[in-house]
Amino acid sequence: MIAQTVLHQYLGTSAMRRPEHTAIEDPATDGSITYAELDALSNRLRDRLWRWGVRPGDRVGIYLRKSIDSVASVFGILKTGAAYVPVDPGAPVSRNAYILNNCSVKVTLVEDRFANGLAKELAQLGDVPRLLVLDWSAGDRPLASALQREDDPDPAPPSETVIPSPDDLGYILYTSGSTGKPKGVMLSHRNGVSYVDWCSEVFQPRESDRFSSHAPFHFDLSILDIYLPIKHSATLVLIGEEIGKQPQQLAALIAERRISLWYSAPSILSVLAEYGDLAKHDYSALRIVNFAGEVFPVKHLRRLKSLWPHPRYFNLYGPTETNVCTFFEIPPAIPDERTEPYPIGQTCAHLQSVVVDEQGQMVTAGLEGELCISGPGVMQGYWSLPERTATAFLAYGGRNWYKTGDIVVEGADGNFIFVGRRDRMVKKRGYRIELGEIESGLYKHPAIKEAAVIAIQNEGGVRIKAFLSCKEGRPPSIIELKRFCAENLPIYMVPDVFSFQDWLPKTSTDKINYQRLKEME
Amino acid sequence: MTTAIIIQGEEKMTIKEIEQAVAQYILKECLPGARPEELTSATPLITGGIIDSLGALNLALFLEDQFKIELQGHEVSKDYLNTTASIANLVHSKL
Repeated sequence: MIAQTVLHQYLGTSAMRRPEHTAIEDPATDGSITYAELDALSNRLRDRLWRWGVRPGDRVGIYLRKSIDSVASVFGILKTGAAYVPVDPGAPVSRNAYILNNCSVKVTLVEDRFANGLAKELAQLGDVPRLLVLDWSAGDRPLASALQREDDPDPAPPSETVIPSPDDLGYILYTSGSTGKPKGVMLSHRNGVSYVDWCSEVFQPRESDRFSSHAPFHFDLSILDIYLPIKHSATLVLIGEEIGKQPQQLAALIAERRISLWYSAPSILSVLAEYGDLAKHDYSALRIVNFAGEVFPVKHLRRLKSLWPHPRYFNLYGPTETNVCTFFEIPPAIPDERTEPYPIGQTCAHLQSVVVDEQGQMVTAGLEGELCISGPGVMQGYWSLPERTATAFLAYGGRNWYKTGDIVVEGADGNFIFVGRRDRMVKKRGYRIELGEIESGLYKHPAIKEAAVIAIQNEGGVRIKAFLSCKEGRPPSIIELKRFCAENLPIYMVPDVFSFQDWLPKTSTDKINYQRLKEME
Repeated sequence: MTTAIIIQGEEKMTIKEIEQAVAQYILKECLPGARPEELTSATPLITGGIIDSLGALNLALFLEDQFKIELQGHEVSKDYLNTTASIANLVHSKL
């Protein structure tokens, strides 16, 4: 077999090996597509993008609901040698416009419901890239219709699939930024392929496997979801945003679609265990349950395991900058008395790790330090932020290590235990949130004088609390503030609780005293 | 304190009564600290950032439990749960 060094080679190989096998199922539309059809559809997009001047090294935006067409778009873009930039269709248009403008996409595939708003926002920021508008109201396969619509007056001649260097960018995933603007994590084909190869080793996928795709495509969980089944000529079952949040329907879907490899944040698994009525269905096909993105409370994990006793469970840990970098297999039985979360485990075989103190010196096992990662899975840097990129890495022992910001301790058994964060980043239901981005959003409100946000961890998960002081006059109502936040921030960043103060406590250097705020809780 | 719903005899609750009970729940669970008069029949709950996906699920469970009704999956969405008025209508149609 030809060595697969770039991500889209997985599709080409599977289209040759199993052309008639179902590559993707979309329960939302009851649609499906074979490997040969997916390959052909992505080739058509490649030709159109090439006709529009997209070339290797360019970026192309994806502003679409999860669908067969959004997967075809990923491969169509990669086949031109460009990198794809998926944005969250649920986020404010202004945030997505910022992202697409920030990395200067040449073309964006956009749903018609967002197209006008996006064009307007982009026009305010400068150039509007070419938009390929997909209209779901016209049928379940809007990409083919959109391509036909463009082909009629301006045929796109066949082009060649580009095989870029493994170090060329494959995708840019934007994550919450502490300065108030999201930042683009640049990931190469090598980053993706090295991770997918590691997944192959550990999970041993089979052609008969049926993978879930629960996470949205702007999450790094989607890398496993999209590429691992396609590499192994298996089937990907898309789980749309709506059904993905409804435990009873989701529980039925996992059983009916015979999902064999599940991957999601723990929060939806907790909800499934609690409200999904799992005992009602047959889950005999399910062989692996992977979770990542936040701590899985043991109480909920135990409950899930009592309802799904037979699959293997893996805790996958890692920031977007490295994708999964450590992993831990949950033992078959969870003792009744256990309350502390399971470790994040050991370093994945394709990576190396060190734990360092504040001076950047390695600490001995058993002492707390920051986990740093090196190897082919580690990002190239942040888009257009060279200084931020430089500070993200530690030079040690002749190589560069990505500083995860996570404080860990190596246990006696060699597994890393997560202790906490070095900075103000939190995870809420799998979403990565810089509390500074919420504060920046709050400061945009004309009545707000000071804003400080803290995260409160309790048994039910993380809650975000905003402390505010206001300018002269009547403070805004809580409802108005919530609405204001929802217009300026993704919904998962909207604070759960607001607290108005005359003034916010300060340190001796006149900075917000977060410690004092936490004590006020 | 939980928000108790009293169904007297066989008498069906009015839309207004349902809406009041829903508003009480929203104020307690999703808007701690808010003044009750801020929340109107038309305040957008889901599109206004007051209830997120997990909040909508908890609200649905509250409605099922308190009013002894059953919601369909598609009803746990902003089409049905975005205001206390639309929630009250939905619940009332199922009593």
